[in-house]
Amino acid sequence: MRNFVNLNVNPCNMCMPMGAAGVFKGIEHCMVLMHGSQGCSTYIRRHMATHYNEPIDIASSSLNEKGTVYGGSANLKKALKNVIKLYRPRVVGITTTCLAETIGEDLGGIINEFFAEEKIKGIDCLAVSSPGYGGSQYKGHYYTARKTVEHFVKNGGKSPKVNVIVGSMSPGDIRHLKEILSLFDIAYTLFPDISETLDGGCQEYYNRMPEGGTPISALKEMGKAAATLEIGAMVADEDSPGLYLKEAYGIPLYRLPLPIGLQNTDALMEALAGISGRGVPMKIRKERARYLDAMIDAHKYNAEGRVGIFGDPELIYAATSICLENCFTPCVVASGPANGKILPALDSLGSSFNRDFIKLADTDFETISKHVQDTGVNLLIGPSDGAFMTEKFGIPLVRTGFPVHDRMGAQRKVVIGYTGSMQLLDELTNILLDQKHQTFRANLHKAYWR
Amino acid sequence: MSKVLNINVLDERRNSILCNARGKGDSIQCNKNSAAGSVSQRACVYCGARVVLNPITDAYHIVHGPIGCSSYTWDIRGSLTSGAEVYRNSFSTDLREKDIIFGGEKKLSAAIDEIVAQYKPKVIFVYSTCVVGIIGDDLDAVCKTAQQKHNIRVIPVRSTGFAGNKASGYRAACDAIMELIGNEERPAKPQGINFLGDFNLAGELWIIKGYLKSLGIKLHTAITGDSTCDSLKEAVKAQLNIVQCTGSMHYLARKMQEKFDIPFINVSFCGVEDTVKSLLNLANAIGDECIVKKAKEFVVEKASRTEKLLEQYRQRLAGKKVAIYVGGGFKAISLIKQFADLGMKTVIVGTQTGREEEYQTIKELADEGTIILDDSNPFELEAFIKEKQADILVGGVKERPLAYKLCVAFLDHNHERKHPLSGFEGALNFAQETDLSVNSPVWGLVKRKWGETDEKLCQSEC
Repeated sequence: MRNFVNLNVNPCNMCMPMGAAGVFKGIEHCMVLMHGSQGCSTYIRRHMATHYNEPIDIASSSLNEKGTVYGGSANLKKALKNVIKLYRPRVVGITTTCLAETIGEDLGGIINEFFAEEKIKGIDCLAVSSPGYGGSQYKGHYYTARKTVEHFVKNGGKSPKVNVIVGSMSPGDIRHLKEILSLFDIAYTLFPDISETLDGGCQEYYNRMPEGGTPISALKEMGKAAATLEIGAMVADEDSPGLYLKEAYGIPLYRLPLPIGLQNTDALMEALAGISGRGVPMKIRKERARYLDAMIDAHKYNAEGRVGIFGDPELIYAATSICLENCFTPCVVASGPANGKILPALDSLGSSFNRDFIKLADTDFETISKHVQDTGVNLLIGPSDGAFMTEKFGIPLVRTGFPVHDRMGAQRKVVIGYTGSMQLLDELTNILLDQKHQTFRANLHKAYWR
Repeated sequence: MSKVLNINVLDERRNSILCNARGKGDSIQCNKNSAAGSVSQRACVYCGARVVLNPITDAYHIVHGPIGCSSYTWDIRGSLTSGAEVYRNSFSTDLREKDIIFGGEKKLSAAIDEIVAQYKPKVIFVYSTCVVGIIGDDLDAVCKTAQQKHNIRVIPVRSTGFAGNKASGYRAACDAIMELIGNEERPAKPQGINFLGDFNLAGELWIIKGYLKSLGIKLHTAITGDSTCDSLKEAVKAQLNIVQCTGSMHYLARKMQEKFDIPFINVSFCGVEDTVKSLLNLANAIGDECIVKKAKEFVVEKASRTEKLLEQYRQRLAGKKVAIYVGGGFKAISLIKQFADLGMKTVIVGTQTGREEEYQTIKELADEGTIILDDSNPFELEAFIKEKQADILVGGVKERPLAYKLCVAFLDHNHERKHPLSGFEGALNFAQETDLSVNSPVWGLVKRKWGETDEKLCQSEC
């Protein structure tokens, strides 16, 4: 679904190892190792460093010609040894790359050999098959989360805890989600948890293996949970960690969209109320009431918004939802990653508000920007890569999702829940107000002064 | 080899770390593949080629590979253009699983057809990536066929990611440039110069171009900052090449000398001292009395004005300690001098791709006890920054958060910067940025503390 058949012009997605790295960064004391050539880890580190403003240590097995021709086993073992020496991790998360996948590396075999040869104990190691050509960062995220769960969870059983599986969200959003869970007094295992590992404070001493992340002990117990709440409504079934837990251990699964906007946040609160067996806490009810108030205050201004939305499937679904609820007109809604569920979901969302708009999946920015121009978009929502449309066409961009390279605070920005939605809504409305205030005098003068 | 380390540094890294000691013939291990698992700050062959060729503003750069290679390099460098903006796009054949199985040649040739039909380009560069190198797509053949079919230049860039390191990518790019220049005819009496290895980050090329104009020196071709496909072919008309980024362009300079008999000299426009010296050297190399005279007057006037303005910063920066970790050796050398000029002391200096002779120069320039690193990593940088109690780190995007986590100031000497660091104007920006970061009140408020657990790493006193 793009202008060129054989070309992607200005990508609106990244590759699988990026998503895999993001998940591993959310496991306690986990070091990430990419099996492939040096560039993959460097580029991904650079992208994550500008978004999170944190040191991003990701090792590479630095495969060269020799390793490529004769197999990368020696490089991978050396890399494991070095990473363990330098970082003393509890887990090493290995992602494959195009290179390792194509030469057909037997990762499981190499890892087993390594641990037998080196007699290393107390370190867990898991490898995920994530070739860059196998899918986007979106698929890489959930697929890796699923493989991690499959790796750690060995037993079913009974526990009052709830599994909360999240997609690519900001550390700030995850902290907010944890607050919400606490208000419901729910015991939970949140995975992957980047709330501390990718947004640490300034400490007295720097810790290169930051504290935080989902504890390994908690990961192992996920098969015993009372329920799984998975934020990832567009995830393919075979990539869903929650579905795996349901099928393997009979754990009830709630699959929910990213809680941005009223209905999506309501869905989360209803699920939590159901799981906890108690009502929605007063604090959250008040937040909802304030958000409704904000929606009413701004609805007329928002009606002048013509929006272009792009990014990964979860983000664009939720962003379209908050726009429709608030009288904005979505004009173009585009998923960079290929995804089987997003277009029907957008169809049904649009028709519930009697709105139709251009929907794209597996697309690129060249295609998106053409539609953005054709449909008279005056507001953009998505990651930083869309900023060239601001530069070229003067359309403001509200940066959400990943990556955000050119603004401070992406790692702590909160857009979920009633409070986050309200902040996002205010930001959107204020841009429209600003546009109006900047132009109405000149426009009216031009139109009516005689 | 002087004994340097007590820390848990990786065995295969020991010979790449040196504590500078005078009068010793120590050499540093460099220009080797990165140690697996060392968390090297380097990139790949493709990256090397991409950064060199990308600033050719009207070329179509097709990345033949999976989406990541194209996505992570889309418009991330601050190379400015005076005209075409084609280079700011990222074209990719976006290879998928089935292309890997059945081969990507057909897709590539169809992609070239599509670009030609839509944009009528003069030149297309086609970059090879890791996976293309493995599945064995014949880039040369596809490009050759397309070139004949469309009667435009379609040039393969042999930048398969794993086939060497970033420096191999520089060479692949230089080979592509040589191919573009082809057999252009050299005039009987060549005049003027080419400027190799400036990528017009934040308009730096334009600053130097202004100087050359003042001196009456004609600049034929900048390689590759703000260049065009046509301007690159003009390169044969020059009597002299000046080479700034030697890491990437020394190879091209040599090739041009072999093929076209164009001599070259190295230059650096980092800092007042190097800028002055480079302009005078250039004038002398051209050998025109009038230009030499003009150059002398020009540098005296510019330098004295800049010196006056720098004085305020010197007072605020004197005695501060610097850690340098940059891409190339030549830049590191310039930086040591530039900081020394501001009264600052370099305590750590490292590069990703420095060459043997450059490290020799670094050793001569740096004080005893300075830590010298090749292809370093966050673990070592952290350890040595603490050990040496550096006040500021100079580096690229990935290094910045590390410095800040250690509560150390930072100077962006990267490819994304929005202000020039070249020439006299750049020297002032450099001092200003250093001052803004080192002397920020924030460091007083966060109360920098160094780990107590670290043993003394370097046995040689500073």
